[in-house]
Amino acid sequence: MRYIRPLSIEDAVGELAKAVGPAAILAGGSDLLVRMKGGFIEPELIVDIKRIDGLGDITETAEGFRIGAAVPCAVLGENKAVRKAWPGVVEAANLIGSKQVQGRCTITGNLCNASPAADSVPALVAAGAKAVVAGPSGKRTIAVETVPTGPGRTSLAKGEIIEAILLDKRPEHAGDAYLRFIPRTEMDIAVVSAGVNLTLDEHGAIKTARVALGAAAPTVLLVEEAGQVLVGSKLDEATLERLAKICSGACRPIDDKRGTIEFRRKVAGVLARRVAAIAYKRAGGK
Amino acid sequence: MAGVAVSTTINGDAVEYLCQPDETLLEVLRDRLGLTGAKEGCGTGDCGACSVIVDGRLVCSCLVLGAEAEGRKVETIEGMAHGDQLHPLQQKFLEHAALQCGVCTPGFLIAAKDLLEKNPSPTEEEIRFGLAGNLCRCTGYDKIVRAVQDAANVMKGA
Ligand SMILES: Cc1cc2nc3c(=O)[nH]c(=O)nc-3n(C[C@H](O)[C@H](O)[C@H](O)COP(=O)(O)OP(=O)(O)OC[C@H]3O[C@@H](n4cnc5c(N)ncnc54)[C@H](O)[C@@H]3O)c2cc1C
Ligand code: FES
Ligand code: FES
Repeated sequence: MRYIRPLSIEDAVGELAKAVGPAAILAGGSDLLVRMKGGFIEPELIVDIKRIDGLGDITETAEGFRIGAAVPCAVLGENKAVRKAWPGVVEAANLIGSKQVQGRCTITGNLCNASPAADSVPALVAAGAKAVVAGPSGKRTIAVETVPTGPGRTSLAKGEIIEAILLDKRPEHAGDAYLRFIPRTEMDIAVVSAGVNLTLDEHGAIKTARVALGAAAPTVLLVEEAGQVLVGSKLDEATLERLAKICSGACRPIDDKRGTIEFRRKVAGVLARRVAAIAYKRAGGK
Repeated sequence: MAGVAVSTTINGDAVEYLCQPDETLLEVLRDRLGLTGAKEGCGTGDCGACSVIVDGRLVCSCLVLGAEAEGRKVETIEGMAHGDQLHPLQQKFLEHAALQCGVCTPGFLIAAKDLLEKNPSPTEEEIRFGLAGNLCRCTGYDKIVRAVQDAANVMKGA
């Protein structure tokens, strides 16, 4: 096995592209090292991306925020500007693991590990976040929901690295939120989770809405119909009831030790309602 | 496997070592450098017994590669006391009997040090959340929480 620490994205892409055996990208390592120790993967090459220029930075641009792929979630949580603009994304990222895990884990790693229960992913999908992908044939920018394709699988091709996650600049009257259900209060994997992102018009009616569910299907789900039902409303009881129904119906969950299909369906609806209410309040809705 | 040559700083001292590319920082500390304070409880990031601070960030050394420490500043439990003078947290852990078998203790002390550096006056809830990445099978946690509260008071007075 070889460990390398390239300083440029071009070098990293080049090394990955020409790798003969299995190769792995190392960001915070909180999934990768656990899987290596468990014998689930035996990479011949590890490409540590943390020394690549710019990957450790959060930058505010005219379009919004660019969060480098090597930014640990603890650092993201300390960034006041991102926290103010995208509190739901940040609260989701900060739910990952313990303080120790926060010091290492990244939202890009969370996305690329492609767990259906990844905490930051529903919030990123609801936020309409984009991923900047660097690869052997250049760069492309894609919607985050197109990255995971199934548990542990992504749409990234050989040699491709996500170099940053992009979040839009916020208009006025916008809010997002994320909640997960776990039987404990800390250090657990979501049984079901939901992320909601809303913008309101000047009268407090919902103008745009995106709703995403975690641990409810093989990949994080963007529930477009759930977003549509919110548009035009001020989150009255009837709308919330319909939102919950749509979310419960959209789930394709599994039965496992964490929860039954029936339980997950029910809780997906309950969480969607609660998260929508938090996002609405954050957007300034009453 | 080719060894990786690493130059780093541990508890203020320049240190150089050669490690395997898949060797963890915890293994390097314990097996190559004789710094056996950090413990391996689980090896998977769940128990916090291996906690160290790297460039000001609390991490599980079992989930860091030894090779990643190149050019970083690592702080371990061995650097916590100044000579014979215990850190207030160490002193308060003794006074409050916040340890029994002691396997979790180095990790708790490092995590508590990091917590108090970032938040000198934590509430009980903040202490419990802040230390949720550290498991203890002996004490039941209450004594640890009280020791951290007491140490926080002492450190604020200092
Ligand atoms: C104790 C513990 C508790 C945890 N708790 C939670 C939790 O509560 N919620 C949760 O969602 N997760 C949890 N996790 C899982 C993990 O911490 C997260 O998924 C984390 O966000 C992974 O980020 P990382 O930077 O450490 O990824 P890494 O382990 O470095 O990488 C993860 C995967 O993504 C790939 N990858 C990383 N970066 C890139 C990139 N830039 N481009 C392309 N591919 C890339 C890697 O090759 C690897 O396959 C926990 C893990 C541990 C050990
Ligand atoms: S040994 Fe590292 S967290 Fe348990
Ligand atoms: S004192 Fe034994 S595990 Fe904590």
